[in-house]
This record gives sequence, structure tokens and C-alpha cells, in this order.
Amino acid sequence: MKAKAVSAPYLVWMAIFIIVPMLLVAYFAFTDSGGAFTLDNIAQVGQYSNVFLRSIWLGALSTVVCLLLGYPVAAIVAHSSLKRQSVLIMLVMLPMWMNFLLRTYAWMTLLEDSGFINSFLAAVGLPTLHMINTQGAVVLGMVYDYIPFMILPVYSVMSKLDPSVIEAAQDLGADGRRVFLRVTLPLSMPGVISGVTMVFVPSVSTFIISKMLGGGGNLMIGDLIDMQFLGTAYNPNLGSAISLVLMVLILICMGIMNEFDDGESQGGGMLL
Amino acid sequence: MKKAVSRVYMALVFLFLYAPILVLVVFSFNDTDTKSRTVWSGFSLRWYEMLFEDRMLLEALRNTLIIAVCAAVGATVLGTVAAVGIHSMKSWRRKLVMNITNLPMLNPEIVTGVSLMLLMVFVANLFGVTLGIVSIILAHITFCLPYVILSILPKLGQMDPHLYEAAQDLGCTPVRSFFKVVLPEILSGVVTGMVMAFTLSLDDFIISYFCSGTTQTLPVFIYSMTKKRVSPEINALSTLLFAVILVLLLIINIRQGKMGKKAAKEANV
Repeated sequence: MKAKAVSAPYLVWMAIFIIVPMLLVAYFAFTDSGGAFTLDNIAQVGQYSNVFLRSIWLGALSTVVCLLLGYPVAAIVAHSSLKRQSVLIMLVMLPMWMNFLLRTYAWMTLLEDSGFINSFLAAVGLPTLHMINTQGAVVLGMVYDYIPFMILPVYSVMSKLDPSVIEAAQDLGADGRRVFLRVTLPLSMPGVISGVTMVFVPSVSTFIISKMLGGGGNLMIGDLIDMQFLGTAYNPNLGSAISLVLMVLILICMGIMNEFDDGESQGGGMLL
Repeated sequence: MKKAVSRVYMALVFLFLYAPILVLVVFSFNDTDTKSRTVWSGFSLRWYEMLFEDRMLLEALRNTLIIAVCAAVGATVLGTVAAVGIHSMKSWRRKLVMNITNLPMLNPEIVTGVSLMLLMVFVANLFGVTLGIVSIILAHITFCLPYVILSILPKLGQMDPHLYEAAQDLGCTPVRSFFKVVLPEILSGVVTGMVMAFTLSLDDFIISYFCSGTTQTLPVFIYSMTKKRVSPEINALSTLLFAVILVLLLIINIRQGKMGKKAAKEANV
């Protein structure tokens, strides 16, 4: 009885600030500017399939790079002494406390044609490189901004791994590679899965990093949405439709990831 | 050999993480005109002076702090009540409410921002007002709530449910027994949630960007600065913020270290 009364204010809040906004997005996506039902907006999203493909490609690429760079970091930290672990994790987290706009801006000054790296190259007598406003720069920015999101969950799973499991595998004659592939990797999979989602979702939907480091030529889904709501191409109906598609896309990706997670952990369980 | 490789690897990773920040910090002291930002031409504090004369920046800073305090308090109060309510719910209702609660966390931030903007614009048009600090606070409370709830729920789960009943058996009103019995038990979760809400709100750009109208928060102000691409002022600002964060984290760590030692001492005695 009482509990129901207690949860009432939150349920009201939830309805107003979570459910109604979602319904508004859906409403705008399926109506024209006059408010009449239409499927035009959804159909129009199809025109931007290249932007969607680019976003997914860049997001996936930076997720893979984060994984390849971050996994060894997590493993090394997890195998350090306890005192070192807390210092190293602190060092991984510290840049996250700086606003991501400033971190991205830092790369802008580094990568510019007359930027720090090119001035350095010129000073040493090497040819300068064109780096800003390329897809590589966008991926670099996303990796830089989101790599802590990969390192931290992988680390937290690996630091709880029972070392005796690895010793057992070694005792049973597995070499280093086999221990990693058959024991360490499967057992750290839950961390990898959450790391991948935590990097992939913001990467796919980013709109500032691509703008700052990718120039105008590397539009991503986020930029497209931004343009429809606060930019030059004002059209909230189309913007809502794109948001809706993006949301569904992310949900599907997360669903696939979860399936993968279940399969893997079962595999690990059977292996044990 | 293996150790050396991992040492070198970690050094490279930390170089990657910290070199850009270091460059920002160094060049915030550069005495140069805006055209040759990357050429070192002597030490100067002029960008810091310019920063403190910037009225817009100071106002943005003030807005950010007001919003963060209001959002943290609002999300904590509402979130604590919500967690207690959710905790007492049964199976399917609880699942449903939790799924909806997690939505703003799972959704891409930009979608949450856009959806809240549609709501705020709709309501603002209804009442003939414009978006501003109030709409940002409401939006921030909304996206901070799941973090607060998720940090309190496990504490409620660990609590002995009989304590609350015992307090009532001994004559406490439900409200009094909540404050006297339940709240002290879950306090660490409440504080964690509040700190998280505060820092999330301070740092948020995307949600504020869509819900702010013409009001500027610090991240929104930084964004407008990066668009102009000119002033090394932004380096100075980054340096100051980084220094503040560093000092705060050091204080927290030292305090925790002291408390840990104290606890260990008491345990030994």
C-alpha cells in the first residue's frame, strides 16, 4: 500500500520525461509539418544510407581499435601489484574528467595542417602530413575519447579472474597462446562485451567529434540529426525519423551483442 | 623481457592519453598572437587574464554550477524515493519500471537530448516561455536519475527488511522509520549517486546543447569557442579545469587514504 504511494512521484516523472518524449519522437517521425500522418520522413532516411554506413563503419573501426589497444592495457594493469593497480586505473580515468570537447579540441590543434605535429615534422625536415578533416582523424578522436570505456570494464572483469584457473591450464600443459585463447579471453568476455557497447554506442551517434576533426566532409548520423533540429536544414520531422532509426539500429546491435555474450559465457562454462 | 615490453607499451599508451593534454597546458602559457598558435614565443599569462575578463564565461560557469547543484539534489531526492518504491515492487512491474528507467542510459545521448528538446519546446510554446536554466535542470535530473537509482537499489537489497518493520513495531511512523532506519543504511549509495549526478551534470554537453535555448553552460560555451577556432583562451580554460580536477581528486584520495588508515588502526585496536 505505502510502497505504491512512494513510487507514485517517480512514475509520474518517468511518464512525463521518458515516455512522452519518446512518443513525441515517434509522433514527429510519422507526421509532416502540418501534423498529418505520413511515411515520407522514414522513406527519406533511406537517402542518407551512406551517412548511416559511414557512421557504423567509423564506429565499428574505433571500437575495434579501442579493443586492440585497450585489452592489453587492462591485462597489464590487472597483473600489477594492488598498489600499482589503483594508481594506473586512476591515470586511465583522469583524462575522462576533462570535458570531451576540450580533449577533442586538443587533437584539433595537434592535427591541423599548421598544427603541432606538422610543425614538428617540418622542424625535423620531414614532409608534412594532411591529417585534419580526414576519417582517420575522426577515428583517432573517438579512440582517444572513449578508450577508457574499454579499459575499465575489461580490467574490472580481469582483476577478479581466479589466477588458479590459469595455473590449472598451465599445469595441464597449455602454452601461453592456448591459455589466452581458451581460458583468459573467454573468461574476460563479459568485460569485452560491455566495453564494446560502451564505446560503440557513443561512437556511432557522435556529432561533435566528426564535426571538429572530420570537417564538413565526414558527416555522421549525429551531425545529420543536429542539422535537422538546431542547424541549417531545420526539419524536426526528418530529424525525429533519423533518431528513431538510429535508436532501433542501436537496440538491434545491443541485442546481437547480448546473444553473443550468452553464447560465449556458456562456451566458457562448458570449457570449465 | 616480457616485463620490459609491457612497460614500454604502457608508457606509449599513457603518452597517447596525456600528450594532447600536455600540449594544451604548455601552449596556454604561450605569448603569441593567434596566428601562430603552435610556435613558442615566450611565457605569458595573458590568456588567463583574458579568461577572467570574459563575462560570458563567468556567467556560463555560474549557470553550470547552479544546474549541477539543482540536478544533483533533485535527482538524489527523487531517485531515493524511486528506489524505495521500485525495491518494494514485484516481478513484472519492477522489470517494466527498470527497463524504462534504463532507457535514457541505453539510448544514444543525442536521441535522449532530441526527445527532451521536443518535450521542452512543446511545453514552452504552450506557456509562452523560452527554454533556459529550468529546462536544462529538468533534463539533467532525468538523465541522472537512472545512475542514482542504480547506486541505491543494491544497498536496499543488502538491507535487512525486518529493520524497517521493527522500527514501525516500536512505534515509528513510516516516514520517521525511513529517516531513522532506512536512510542511514543506504546512505553510502545515496551519496555515491549524488556525487555521480553532480559530475555528470557538470560534464554534460549533448543534453544541455539541445535543451538550453540561449542559456549557456560551460560545455556549451566551450563548444561555441571551439567553433571559432581562434583563441588560445580555450587552452587556458582547459588547463584551469584540469588543475581543479587534479586537486579535487588528490584531496579525495588523500582523505580516503587517511580514513582507510584510521579504520585499519581502529580495527587493530
